[in-house]
Amino acid sequence: MDFSAFFTPGTEIFLIWTSIAKTIGLLFLAVLPLVSLAVFAERKVSAFIQDRVGPNRVGAPTSLLGFDKDLRLAGLGQMIADPIKLVLKENFIPNSVNKFYYFIAPKLAMIPPVLVLAVLPFGSSLFGVDMVIANVNIGVLWVFAVSSLGVYGIVLAGWASNSKYPFLGGIRSSSQMISYELSLGLSVIPVFLVCGTLNLGDIVKWQVQNGWLIAPFWPQGFDLGRAFSDPKMIWDSIVAGFSFQRLLLAVPMLISFFIFLVAMFAETNRAPFDLPEAEQELVGGYHTEYSAMGFALFFLGEYAAMIAGSGVIVTLFLGGWSLPMVPDGSAGWFWGLVNIATFFAKVCALLFVFIWVRWTVPRFRYDQLMRLGWIWFFEIALANIFLTAVILAFIKR
Amino acid sequence: MALVVNRPKLSLAEKFYLPALFGGMVLTIRHFFLTLTGRKKTTMQYPDEKWDAHLPEWYRGAPTLVTDEWGRERCVSCQLCEFICPPRAITITPEEIPAADKWAKVEKRPKEFEIDMVRCIYCGLCEEVCPEQAIFLRKDYSITGYSRAEMVHNKQKLYELGGLKTGVVNKWNEKK
Repeated sequence: MDFSAFFTPGTEIFLIWTSIAKTIGLLFLAVLPLVSLAVFAERKVSAFIQDRVGPNRVGAPTSLLGFDKDLRLAGLGQMIADPIKLVLKENFIPNSVNKFYYFIAPKLAMIPPVLVLAVLPFGSSLFGVDMVIANVNIGVLWVFAVSSLGVYGIVLAGWASNSKYPFLGGIRSSSQMISYELSLGLSVIPVFLVCGTLNLGDIVKWQVQNGWLIAPFWPQGFDLGRAFSDPKMIWDSIVAGFSFQRLLLAVPMLISFFIFLVAMFAETNRAPFDLPEAEQELVGGYHTEYSAMGFALFFLGEYAAMIAGSGVIVTLFLGGWSLPMVPDGSAGWFWGLVNIATFFAKVCALLFVFIWVRWTVPRFRYDQLMRLGWIWFFEIALANIFLTAVILAFIKR
Repeated sequence: MALVVNRPKLSLAEKFYLPALFGGMVLTIRHFFLTLTGRKKTTMQYPDEKWDAHLPEWYRGAPTLVTDEWGRERCVSCQLCEFICPPRAITITPEEIPAADKWAKVEKRPKEFEIDMVRCIYCGLCEEVCPEQAIFLRKDYSITGYSRAEMVHNKQKLYELGGLKTGVVNKWNEKK
């Protein structure tokens, strides 16, 4: 049998096995560990913000191997212990629930954020293979279409639980989603006006050439090979990359970025917009009646949504996998890996911001949320589109 | 008369939440870094760090029996502590000191002295009522056991915990 087709880029079989490898690699080597890490980070960061210690006991059980003491590793074992606990717990099902929807709801909450990952360019290229699972031209539309399906999981969980707190959580969730999805969608239109494409990979490539959308400084014509022999070239490239037009364009981009970020908090049901969950008023909101793996899937879904959302923000506004003065994957596999690491480092930084905000900002009241969504962000996003268009017309002329 | 609460007039900056939110974010990140670098430390890691060094002089821990400077057990079995103990945790079985004993003039001593630490409420009344200064609340606070029987401190255990204490009660001195 001839295996050469397996390793020839462009053939069908090559495309299939690389896609499967990328999917499995992204899900099981990057996103699921990242979810686990995010849960741990959530507990640790919240502890530090509140002057506590946080989980610090669970580590490697070296005493089982005959050593005197267990290694504590600053509590990192909690990352593994938490999922194990959730898997081993009893899955308690209340008597009066609507079984079909009750079972399907956690899956519906979990699947959309994972699907969003399909179109995210999480790296430049590795051995000539593009580091994006599905390089489609409707990338951003796919993100919005799929991520708004996430609300079905929450609403179904709320209604199928046949209990008042989940019900209230479900209602809140649906109205919150509607009021925020509009500003979420409108706030990215300026990005497309500037980049001229819906393809996420192309948006990143635009930012590689012109600088990140929110940071209008980018070394133009920088060459890593000459950097050590010709230091003046570094300064020249920075000066060349600086322009009044880019500075002007950064203003609507910053507004877009802010609205998109806040809308993403609402989209992922994170504080200060975690009204569907609202532990203090609604017990646990939509997942009050769930236990064990059902609850774990909601949990996983929330954190996967955070990661996917951070990925979208990084791709749209923070230059995706690019770093100034770092070449892309065509310069060798090492730089390809550096690009992937850059992307996930940026995602982690944003996850920290998500956590940081959650433990700082108190929950918005319901009318405040509606006012913010419908009166402020919706209008500002609309005005921002016109502002961008005017600036673009001014620059092009 | 109805109390009128005037609503505060908010400035524009206050209406826009943003300055307040920004201030909050700065505050929390400061706490984050202070705790991360260990410059702010409020939690005692209990089983690793014990309370012992931090206990005040007057701390009321487990009640114990003490001996005096001649090795005599101070308790004379008057049973005042047994009677005053609010949860009735103390049980004393008195016994007469044999005539041949060096301390025969004291007449009574406890044959068995039991304090049920499941019942004890650490109130310190036994210490207050004792005319002989024989029972003291020491600083042991972590009294544990696998069974109820183990939680009953007998005489031997009580002296073990209490040890020696020199005090003002001198009426049983040999000179007197």
